[in-house]
Amino acid sequence: MALTESNTSIKGGEFLIKDIDASHIFIPEEFSEEQQMIAQTCLDFLRTEVHPRLDEIDYAKDNSLMVSLLDKAGELGLLGTAVPEEYGGFGMDFNTSLLVAEAVGAGHSFSVALSADTGIGTLPILYYGTEEQKHKYLPLLASGEWKASYCLTEPDSGSDANSGKTKAVLSEDGQHYIINGQKMWITNGGFADLFIVFAKIDNDKSLTAFIVEKSFGGITMNAEERKMGIKGSSTRQVFFNDCKVPIENMLYTREGGFKIAVNILNIGRIKLASAVIGASKQVTSQAVNYANERKQFGTSISNFGAIKHKIAEMHARTFASESACYRAGQNIDDATVDLLASGMDSAQAKLKAVEQFAIECAIMKVHGSEVLDYVVDEGVQIYGGMGFSAEAPMDRAYRDSRINRIFEGTNEINRLLSVGTIVKRAMKGELNLMPAAMAVGKEIMAIPDFGVEEEEGILVKEKKVVKNMKKAILMIAGAALQKYMAAFEKEQELIMNLADMLIETYIAESTLLRVEKLIGVRGEAACSLQQDAAMVYLHAAVNKTANAGREAIMSFAEGDELRVMLMGLKRFTKIEPLNLKEARRRLADAAIEKGGYIF
Amino acid sequence: MKILVCITNVPDTTAKIAFTDGDTQLNKAGITYITGPYDDYALSRAVELKEQLGGTITVLNVGLSDSDPVIRKCLAIGADDAIRINVEPTDSFFVAEQIAQVAKQENYDLILMGRESIDFNSGIVHGLVGELLGIPSISPVMKLEIEGTVAKMTREIEGGKEDIEAHLPLVLGCQEPIAEWKIAGMRGIMSARTKPIKVLEPTGQVTTTTELYTLPAPKGAVKMIAAEEAESLIDLLRNEAKVI
Ligand SMILES: Cc1cc2nc3c(=O)[nH]c(=O)nc-3n(C[C@H](O)[C@H](O)[C@H](O)COP(=O)(O)OP(=O)(O)OC[C@H]3O[C@@H](n4cnc5c(N)ncnc54)[C@H](O)[C@@H]3O)c2cc1C
Repeated sequence: MALTESNTSIKGGEFLIKDIDASHIFIPEEFSEEQQMIAQTCLDFLRTEVHPRLDEIDYAKDNSLMVSLLDKAGELGLLGTAVPEEYGGFGMDFNTSLLVAEAVGAGHSFSVALSADTGIGTLPILYYGTEEQKHKYLPLLASGEWKASYCLTEPDSGSDANSGKTKAVLSEDGQHYIINGQKMWITNGGFADLFIVFAKIDNDKSLTAFIVEKSFGGITMNAEERKMGIKGSSTRQVFFNDCKVPIENMLYTREGGFKIAVNILNIGRIKLASAVIGASKQVTSQAVNYANERKQFGTSISNFGAIKHKIAEMHARTFASESACYRAGQNIDDATVDLLASGMDSAQAKLKAVEQFAIECAIMKVHGSEVLDYVVDEGVQIYGGMGFSAEAPMDRAYRDSRINRIFEGTNEINRLLSVGTIVKRAMKGELNLMPAAMAVGKEIMAIPDFGVEEEEGILVKEKKVVKNMKKAILMIAGAALQKYMAAFEKEQELIMNLADMLIETYIAESTLLRVEKLIGVRGEAACSLQQDAAMVYLHAAVNKTANAGREAIMSFAEGDELRVMLMGLKRFTKIEPLNLKEARRRLADAAIEKGGYIF
Repeated sequence: MKILVCITNVPDTTAKIAFTDGDTQLNKAGITYITGPYDDYALSRAVELKEQLGGTITVLNVGLSDSDPVIRKCLAIGADDAIRINVEPTDSFFVAEQIAQVAKQENYDLILMGRESIDFNSGIVHGLVGELLGIPSISPVMKLEIEGTVAKMTREIEGGKEDIEAHLPLVLGCQEPIAEWKIAGMRGIMSARTKPIKVLEPTGQVTTTTELYTLPAPKGAVKMIAAEEAESLIDLLRNEAKVI
């Protein structure tokens, strides 16, 4: 099939220098009936088992309720969606596992427990385990009989994950590794039967991972951490005191642990992005409902423009994040299929595919978590005083959202990573960035093209705007790299600016491509609200790109270079005026009429 | 135990109802369809009985192919196979006739369905099916146990409950808490892929046509009048509501 060929030839990070055809991206409207049924199962589970017990979960004296919920989710098969059938799971593809994460994403603490268990707890074994390890542990985890946790962070080793001090020493008889050390912030720690533990063997520089069963002994814990949010999720300090781990429980290779950590986090990041989309949709629906019911000055507050603005923004940003998330998810699935065809085994293929899209995973993590933080913030605002009350749902939503910008790599780390990886790939010649950057350099010195040739077609002008946003990134990144060379990575403020530009460009492009593809299927008339959402998002994205670009340029350029680049930036962040107020009102009115999130 | 569960494919309980074609058709745009909530309980009880006693569960729906997703969900929840009578379910008698046609040939021990659908809510299909088959029908059944060939049931009656026993075969209209509501598990969803849906053409004639749908008038505001102000009540009834 010709389509597959072009699909899989898309490489991670390549969106920056390549125009991608709408037909080559996946849109959530294409989820099959079966995938939707799976998502509905998750939503039904939250509605019947989790949402009626949110307080109980958050203020539980012990972990028994959370454990019983995970058991029930296990009985439904929700803990084994990503595990292949031969190990007791259901072997769903990557995008389906993202959809599952989204569908349980509004589950507050439960959602965190489930995703730590099925994600960082289970996946290291799935992707790096030997056949014996997989057959021994995966069926237990996929069924929920055992629960898992992931022990990477230490008191003195957080973002700098490879700096951990936990030690593993071979026993005298050569049969065991003896692990000693302290881990911190361990999700599911309080009830996990299995711990993926990262430690350094002897005086190694790099980490090695181990599969540690609770029953091995030598594991103690502090009491539950007292936290701002996700209070019902178990978070513990875990101590390993002469914990005896059989040598066959080493995972992957000696000093291969950091690689595991990095790659598992890639997956965790995009899964977090889909989970927060689920939460954003739920909070938006709740806020719309409240706005309809709450009357002030003799009318529903949803009739006020200021409230409509918020409702519309909540929609546009959530819709945008969702567009990019499943686009990236499908890219990963396609790359997996491609690698499988080249003879790679399935675990390897999945890992390589995710690694290939590490940039997009980092982008999605940052964007999704910041969208949810925006959504919950405005959610509280729409609820007014009730937003501040623990009797209404916004209080919990607001507190529970905040962690998403911290774990799975802080948003700073992920911003650094997204730009850093692009630069690294460009240096290695994997991403043909330099010629593109040079072409842009030439373009800004030439007489501007006044856009005489008006092209026809769906969203053609808007896609040109995105193309220009890419040029802005290339212009600034190219100049900054030339100026700083190896010292580029020390310019974190500039990298943060570039990351913001990169994120906005990827998300805006994905949103436009989704709407374009959808129009192709349903016709323009049926997609007017999606188009409104895309336009509202695009305008904001252009503004953010212009601001971040300006900050970036001013941070390193001077004199003529400064002036030329600022002019170039202005040209690359031009967008035709549009009455966004009306677009937002249309979005909000549709949501008000429906009484909830509309897409 | 051979069980037939009849299900409706109805708009989600939160759907906004509107009409098209000069108010003769439901406007289906943007509506999500679900299994009738009462039917869902009937199916859930059937699944529990099958777990307990063994046997087979067939789901039957009178409806067009847009019912298939809901039918497949029933298969995922635990039915073994499905029959769809390929016709728009226009009225209760016509639907009951279709069900009876199938049931006559299959000798089911139990025919379960919801006490009523949630679109037309006529709540008489179980009774009609019972009459057409010449077997007892009971509704609304809130509790159902099977002992040998006897069904022990509790049903809701005006102002209370009634315990009844009857011999199989039976037609029952069900409502909660007859069973624990079931969620389709992953295994069920995957196995639904291979379970058959048999499509049959209808028998008999459609005799009902719809002339007009209208929505009920929006609920008026409620006024509270304190007991000691009976005079103002009389005044309102006389001058505002103009009913006395
Ligand atoms: C509720 C909760 C659950 C968690 N669950 C787990 C778990 O299950 N398993 C696990 O292993 N870990 C877990 N963590 C740990 C989590 O991943 C870390 O907290 C996170 O990686 C940040 O590390 P840190 O807390 O040490 O912050 P630090 O690394 O000290 O960061 C502090 C600040 O400095 C910034 N910063 C750090 N380095 C840089 C840099 N190079 N450049 C720029 N800025 C930088 C950060 O972005 C942040 O703003 C959890 C944490 C929490 C709070």
